[in-house]
Amino acid sequence: MSLGLIVLLPFFGALLPGLLVRAGRDTAAIGAGAVTLLAAIGVALNAPEVLRGGVVSQSLPWLPQAGLMASFRMDGLGLMFAGLILGIGLLIILYARHYLTKQDPFGKFLSFLMAFQGAMLGIVLSGNVLMLLVFWELTSLTSFLLIGYWRHLPEGRQGARMALGVTASGGLAMLAGLLILGHVAGSYEIADILAAGPAIRSSELYLPALILICIGAFAKSAQFPFHFWLPQAMAAPTPVSAYLHSATMVKAGLYLLARLWPVLSGREEWVWLVAGTGLLTMCIGAVVALFKDDLKGLLAYSTVSHLGLITFLFGLGTKAAAFAGVFHILNHALFKAALFLVAGIIDHAAHTRDLKRLGGLMRLMPLTFLLAGIGTLSMAGVPPFNGFLSKELMLEAALEAGHAFGPLIPVAAGLAAAFSVAYAGRFLIHGFFGPVRHDYPEYPHDPGPGLAISPLVLAGLAVAVGLMPEPIAGGLVRLASGAVTGAEIDTHIALWHGLTPALGVSMAALLGGAVILAAYRPLARGWAATPRPEARLIYGQIETGLRRGARALTAWLLNGALSRYLGVFLVVTLAAGVWALGGAPGPETRPMLAVPPGVAVFWALLVLGSACVVAFHRTRVLALVAVGIVGLMVSMAFVYLSAPDLALTQISVEVVTVILMLLALNFLPKRTPAPEGAGPRAWQMGAGVIATLTGLGAGALSYALMRRDFAFEPISDYHLANSVPGGGGANVVNVILVDFRGYDTFGEITVLGIAALVIYALTESLLGGPASRRLIAWTPDQARAGDRHPLMMVVASRVMMPIAVLVGVYIFLRGHNTPGGGFIAGLVMAIALLMQYMASGFAWAQARQKIYYHVLIGLGVLIAGFTGIASWAFDRPFLTSAFGHVHIPLLGDAEIASAMAFDLGVLLTVVGSVMLALASLSRIARRAGGEVLSGLPAPHDDDAEDRR
Amino acid sequence: MEVLVATAIAAMTGAGAYLVLQRESFPVVLGLAMLSYAVNLFLFSTGRLVVGQAPVISAQATGYTDPLPQALVLTAIVISFAMTALVVMLALGAFLERGRDTIDLEDDPEARP
Repeated sequence: MSLGLIVLLPFFGALLPGLLVRAGRDTAAIGAGAVTLLAAIGVALNAPEVLRGGVVSQSLPWLPQAGLMASFRMDGLGLMFAGLILGIGLLIILYARHYLTKQDPFGKFLSFLMAFQGAMLGIVLSGNVLMLLVFWELTSLTSFLLIGYWRHLPEGRQGARMALGVTASGGLAMLAGLLILGHVAGSYEIADILAAGPAIRSSELYLPALILICIGAFAKSAQFPFHFWLPQAMAAPTPVSAYLHSATMVKAGLYLLARLWPVLSGREEWVWLVAGTGLLTMCIGAVVALFKDDLKGLLAYSTVSHLGLITFLFGLGTKAAAFAGVFHILNHALFKAALFLVAGIIDHAAHTRDLKRLGGLMRLMPLTFLLAGIGTLSMAGVPPFNGFLSKELMLEAALEAGHAFGPLIPVAAGLAAAFSVAYAGRFLIHGFFGPVRHDYPEYPHDPGPGLAISPLVLAGLAVAVGLMPEPIAGGLVRLASGAVTGAEIDTHIALWHGLTPALGVSMAALLGGAVILAAYRPLARGWAATPRPEARLIYGQIETGLRRGARALTAWLLNGALSRYLGVFLVVTLAAGVWALGGAPGPETRPMLAVPPGVAVFWALLVLGSACVVAFHRTRVLALVAVGIVGLMVSMAFVYLSAPDLALTQISVEVVTVILMLLALNFLPKRTPAPEGAGPRAWQMGAGVIATLTGLGAGALSYALMRRDFAFEPISDYHLANSVPGGGGANVVNVILVDFRGYDTFGEITVLGIAALVIYALTESLLGGPASRRLIAWTPDQARAGDRHPLMMVVASRVMMPIAVLVGVYIFLRGHNTPGGGFIAGLVMAIALLMQYMASGFAWAQARQKIYYHVLIGLGVLIAGFTGIASWAFDRPFLTSAFGHVHIPLLGDAEIASAMAFDLGVLLTVVGSVMLALASLSRIARRAGGEVLSGLPAPHDDDAEDRR
Repeated sequence: MEVLVATAIAAMTGAGAYLVLQRESFPVVLGLAMLSYAVNLFLFSTGRLVVGQAPVISAQATGYTDPLPQALVLTAIVISFAMTALVVMLALGAFLERGRDTIDLEDDPEARP
């Protein structure tokens, strides 16, 4: 089975439970379990190759242009992790089926769990660090969902948020670190990065990369000072704690440290940072764990401590230590998952996890006691359990490091070991020993097989590894640590090494642990009385501070004064323009064109019109007239400056725009009141200054541009040369629109259609809201014209209609070769239709409307789209055009291009959009003025019914 | 000629910017329309000014102006119409709902974000 498929399988599996849970919780669990098993079989099929010492890899092109491949690889380390993820995953699914109650949405739980499983498999099987990072973030997200699974519990939500905040921020740091790493190595493939070890270690970017990657790994693996999220995550259901927060996810950071061990270790900074953090975390976690009364809290801090132990081992940078670290990953996963499941069983049976309320469970829950005994003794490092073996190796490595870095290291390691003996003992003794009590919240009993099987398997493995380390785990650990160090490992694990110094420290730790536990009561009183900083609260304060700051900043920036936003926007743009373009622009290379007197008149009208817009803007109709004049003059400029298509478009848009504004102005105040008070007047002055500067800036920029030649060769020569031979049209502007840049045009007509639909939707909501009442009660603020539909105009417009449509068709047909085309034709036809509305009234026109404008818009976009898709049938890219000559009787030779169908789509969309926008406005007008209808039949008059 | 086009752009931009900074909706709409004219003419002018050489291929033509800015501006004109229509509708809707024509929300406690 290919590695990519193995990674994808759990994600498919995440979809299953949602459906299967309808057939029962068992079915859902079996479905999820079957997918997990299938993935495990897939891993097993690839295992022989890895066991022979090879690396299984697979590479799929993802974004090959950018050098990105979806590559997967599995070596010994990946195999061990994949085995842990899937094996423990299977046990967790079984346990969760019996742990969660009927009220808990089980399908959702399994979906989250499977998605997590896929993400975790992705991390350990990725062959590319960027892809690894994607999966890394996915584990943060799924962990967030799983911690907050009981979303009615506030601590669940808080814990989930904190876990996400810490691990995702760490992920950002790691992204930066991995980018540096990839930059130095020249590739983001793990294989290439591993090969570039010496270059990375000698790079000056080594230290930043190391620190950033370590922040990410430490945050994920709950290392000091990021450890505090893990105990908070204990609000998750216990199966989640066992799976994510002891066996797998928190080991992702360790996986990364192990993965990059050959690259990053070998410099002193690595030892100080990684081993130092690990040692500190190991000690802090062990001490705090002792004083936790909550079983899961105790286990959480113990997990922090053990993760610190493994980090410490990887940090030492020796092969023997790396071997011990890998071995402890395996051992810790086994005994800690088992212990979490035991804590869950106790919680399930006694309805409490508080050690102060427990005790005497040995007689009531003998099986659970057995499981807890194996787990805690292994955790304490008591022979012959598996935890003892790796703890011995750790102490050996610490003693070794003591020669190089001073005796503090073995002393600290020994102390942490003693405390771990104490807290493990406390779990067992305070929980199970002593007399049977009579005040448990619920009378405890041993669990049924559903809850017992999973911890039994894990505890059984812990014993088996302890008794027969070589046949069961030796080969796998050697293989995995060989993959970590990139060298042959020949260490053999044995229960009995003879009387070594490590054994001495181990015995001392056992003794010390017993002493600490015996003195627990006074110690706990002292602990409670000692003031100490709480990382969780500090984090909360930082978070609250950030949130307050962000809110204050937002309130300051967005205070609701839109004109102030626009002012800021203009000033910033202006400043950016001056900053970027200020300075000498170089010599002027283009001569000025001469100015004929007629053109000067147009210019004068335009400038005068602009001045009038400003001067008369308080009298709105006048300002609108002035805007119309300016628009007309702009189209004249297009006429003169060799842009006939633009002139036609501008002039027809002008007509439509002015009608639209007039319609709106009917309901808006006709005058803008003059500003009153000092503040508004000052604002007007400021606006004048800003506007003057903006205008001068834009003018200067365009002048500087026009007087200079193109800085680069324009691409238009290609369009000019290929318009006729390639696009089959002489009007280059039209050919660009429908052919060369047809994809742009396709997007633009879509935007046009969306804008019109938004206008329609706005009208709908307006007519349904309070505005509707206001409209019905509306009285015109100006005298109406005597005759609303003058006969002359009605007759003229009806005669004009077919002529105007014909002109539109003509403009459309000739558009490919002479000025014209779909946009202009669409606008002309829309104007012809508009005239009917104006002359004969909305109801009259609407009664005769055969096709809805929405349909026109949709049809237009579809036709344009299908024209593009049709070229796929000829194995050409989207929107490749074809053309040929057709002989039409009477009319003669005509050129038909497929682009014409596209242009038809443009035309329909333009007609539909313009008409829908204006018709929406007229609907508002009709809601307000009843007499529009007078004397006219209105068979399909929805609005009139609305009004009644 | 270049001076005329540049001053025209300056005049329209200035008028547009001034209107956009007003506190009532209708002048802002007019200002946006003026700014669209200015921007369209500006974009067009990046193809440099050429007289009597429309980009329509023919045997008689002595040369052609740059067609690409024209094609871009053509769609821009139509899109700016759609935008103007949308803004007009928003202005009208806001006026009809609130009974006030101002665009600032600062003295309207209910509408504050």
